[in-house]
Amino acid sequence: MKLFKFFSLLAIALLFSCSSDDDNIDNSINETEDLTLVKNIENNQHTLSVFTENGLFQLGYNKIYFQIKDGENFVDNAQVSWKPIMHMTDMSHSCPYSIISRKPNTETLYEGYIVFQMPGNDLEHWELTFNYTINGEDFTVSENISVPPSDKKRVNVFMGSDDVRYIVALIEPTDPQVAVNDMTAGVFKMENMMNFPVVDNYTLKIDPRMPSMGNHSSPNNVNLMQEAQDLYHGKLSLTMTGYWKINLQLLNAQNEVLKGEEITDTNEASSIFFEIEF
Amino acid sequence: MGLEVSSGNFKNLIMKQIQILGVILFGLSSLNAQEVAKDSIVHTLSEVIVVGNAANKHHNENKSLATIEDYLSASPSIDFIKRGAYAWEPLVQGMATERSVVTIDGMRIYGACTDKMDPITSYVEISNLSKATISNGQQGAENGATIAGGIDLERRKSGFRNTGWKGSVQTGLESVNEQKIVGAALQYSSNTFFSDVDVMYRNAENYSAGGGEEVMYSQFTKYNVSAITGYKWNDRQWLEASVIYDEARDVGYPALPMDVSLARAFIGSVEYITLPESEKLTEWKTKVYYNTIKHIMDDTQRPDVPIRMDMPGWSKTVGMYSKLKGTHNKHLWNFSVNAHYNNSLAEMTMFPENPEENDMFMLTWPDVGTLYAGVFGEDNYVITERLTANFSIGFGIHHNSINDIFGLQSLQIFYTEMEESKTRFLINSGSKLTYQKDFWTHSLGLGYGERAPSVSEGYGFYLFNSFDAFDYIGNPEMVNEKSMEINASSGIKNKNFSARFNTAFYHIADYIIGKPHPDLSPMNIGINGVKVYEQLPYAQLWSNDLSVSYQFLNGFNAKAKAIYRLGRDHNNENLPLIQPLTVETGLRYRKNLFYAEALVETATKQYDFSPEFGENQTPAYTIFNLALSQTFYINKQKMVLKVGAENLFNENYSTYADWNNIARPGRNVYASVVYAF
Repeated sequence: MKLFKFFSLLAIALLFSCSSDDDNIDNSINETEDLTLVKNIENNQHTLSVFTENGLFQLGYNKIYFQIKDGENFVDNAQVSWKPIMHMTDMSHSCPYSIISRKPNTETLYEGYIVFQMPGNDLEHWELTFNYTINGEDFTVSENISVPPSDKKRVNVFMGSDDVRYIVALIEPTDPQVAVNDMTAGVFKMENMMNFPVVDNYTLKIDPRMPSMGNHSSPNNVNLMQEAQDLYHGKLSLTMTGYWKINLQLLNAQNEVLKGEEITDTNEASSIFFEIEF
Repeated sequence: MGLEVSSGNFKNLIMKQIQILGVILFGLSSLNAQEVAKDSIVHTLSEVIVVGNAANKHHNENKSLATIEDYLSASPSIDFIKRGAYAWEPLVQGMATERSVVTIDGMRIYGACTDKMDPITSYVEISNLSKATISNGQQGAENGATIAGGIDLERRKSGFRNTGWKGSVQTGLESVNEQKIVGAALQYSSNTFFSDVDVMYRNAENYSAGGGEEVMYSQFTKYNVSAITGYKWNDRQWLEASVIYDEARDVGYPALPMDVSLARAFIGSVEYITLPESEKLTEWKTKVYYNTIKHIMDDTQRPDVPIRMDMPGWSKTVGMYSKLKGTHNKHLWNFSVNAHYNNSLAEMTMFPENPEENDMFMLTWPDVGTLYAGVFGEDNYVITERLTANFSIGFGIHHNSINDIFGLQSLQIFYTEMEESKTRFLINSGSKLTYQKDFWTHSLGLGYGERAPSVSEGYGFYLFNSFDAFDYIGNPEMVNEKSMEINASSGIKNKNFSARFNTAFYHIADYIIGKPHPDLSPMNIGINGVKVYEQLPYAQLWSNDLSVSYQFLNGFNAKAKAIYRLGRDHNNENLPLIQPLTVETGLRYRKNLFYAEALVETATKQYDFSPEFGENQTPAYTIFNLALSQTFYINKQKMVLKVGAENLFNENYSTYADWNNIARPGRNVYASVVYAF
């Protein structure tokens, strides 16, 4: 038995040493083990395999990974940009999304995020287009994608008191615990129909409540502040499992409330909120 | 079967009873008279309540088939917080169970209910016990670190008395809650072997308060089976094994928003006892024990609750002790080591009205492990014929750990830097001087003791207290609570008259109590807020009792007992649940096998109460009790018939210790028969 284990380990060691010696990307490596394929998008030349953790595009924030395959081989040197477009009956618009980068410490994966602020339906749909360049040659691929409505609110779209339209999306916790959870959200403004940049130096106040249990709150929450000119981070205390409503207030850099109401004895909920159930 | 409580207040009477117990009842005839006398010196520091059995000659002074709480209430040191008709929480010297150590034959048992609905005393029956030893303050530190003192409940056993087979059956009825009590016991005793088995069953409906109003959710059903057996292979060594199985079902707690569908305990032990050959060592006993408790609290019987919830709890304890007793010149000493490990876990699941929503779940006791290991030594030194000194000292290591990451993370919401374990050292020490001259006995004692916070005080998570309607959060960062005490007593006893006065003053530093935090949001619906356990700089308790007894006209005995306590915090504000002046007077008449007793219990208005804790002023009350009993002998068989009435005039009242002012039972007429063979 011990001998068998030894040989197994030896075999594994040999396998790994082989693959690292190889300059080409071996298509047997599996970097998508923890991910689920949403769909393959193809053009004449390439296949883009798009992954998320749960295999779905969700309303709100989506962390998205993809691989580019040329036949059986992975392409790791493409310059990629993307553009999600919502085709409504009377107009089209985009949504907040990140630039695309190679996922660190992987051979094959590209990553980025998209915040879908509205679901698709029979008449209106999202289209995702990738534009990429490989060795100086330009390619494009696009596909209609399905973004179903969600039963828990993870994104808020609203007009602030400054007459700017904002999008606030829940990013973390993805796996909430009865604990102090790290909380992350994206706060974007609608510059025009196609540009939704991150806003800087705002504050996202949180007040988690359990409406089914007397609308009680939890202690030691930390409001979300921007880090590194990008996303907003804070702490979210959840004292038990169940359905939590995370009431929000968005404050600008001058600490003026742009949207959202404080929770009081007479006001049970804010007009902007996230929902978490676990 | 349990029929008697000693009048308990009088040292000499106690000594006499110990001799009776020691020599007649409990088969300790291997001890010589001198040892018994020395034993009684030790016990003058404590108070012994005889729970008794069917063979006891002095059976008929108490209501037959009473509960263990009734027996213990005879001690002026003991009172009970009552949340209903069942499982009252003992107060020792006016202090609740966090500050006392309650043991069964030295065994540590932790209740499994976060709301203190299952004190240790609720998991035994009078049929399991022979006596209870109540030791105040640091005199009660033998079985663990304490502030208020200890209650040790001693198992009943036949011993190696060669009495052959014996048995008894008993039944009783009580009118106020239609309580039906049935029990049976069987004993066998030879010179080398004994075995006692007993069963007890109680079933009660809701009781009626004075005036006739039904107190909803005050019903209960309880089964108890116990066995103890001993085998002796020579005059100096024997082994005893004991089990108690206790199960209560459908127990209502009218003062609380929830009831208990199941409270189940298994308590088992094996003990090895040896009488060493050395003249200087008198007894050495070593025990290992295990107990497990399951407690299911729910609200399924309640028609109208803000939200449905289940709150089950589990407690498991494994432990050991080894106790050595000896004499040396004028010293009578004992030394013991003891250790136990307890695991306490309690959950809370709330069911939202919307069935689509996930259940709300939390750990209210986050799988807390408590490891305690301690040594204890005590010496009684007979300085002169009249002057005796007692000195005791104990050290313990107390280690808490949270074994569940879910629970640890929950508490870290409040205490971000909290570690998963904490170790403490606890010191307990007491001393007492006793002076006896002519009819008088005086004593003066000093003590210093420390205790660790209880599981709830240290680690409780949103525990709802229905008294002040606050959620309580434990505080793992608290230091030990420390008590300095001084106590004194004076007693006189002659042929017909006896009186005794006890007073004890406790200065408790770092006193643990919940304080409101208005910034925290209460979890339970519609309540006042959240309290977090904190430590006051100090609190002070003063406990006083006076007992008087006078015998006259050959058969009459007039007795009286008065108790008064005072508790204040460092701001001179009242502490909660402190007994106002309470007086009990009684007249007894005994002739041959007939016995009658009339008792009046009265309490003044509660002047010192704590509104912060949700207390309001309890009005004064007076109730009257009457008891009659007659014993019949038919050949060697004995039958005891008892009838009596409690709260004769159907007064509607509640005491300071009735949770949420729940009314006490109204007029209760009871009858019982004990048949022993």
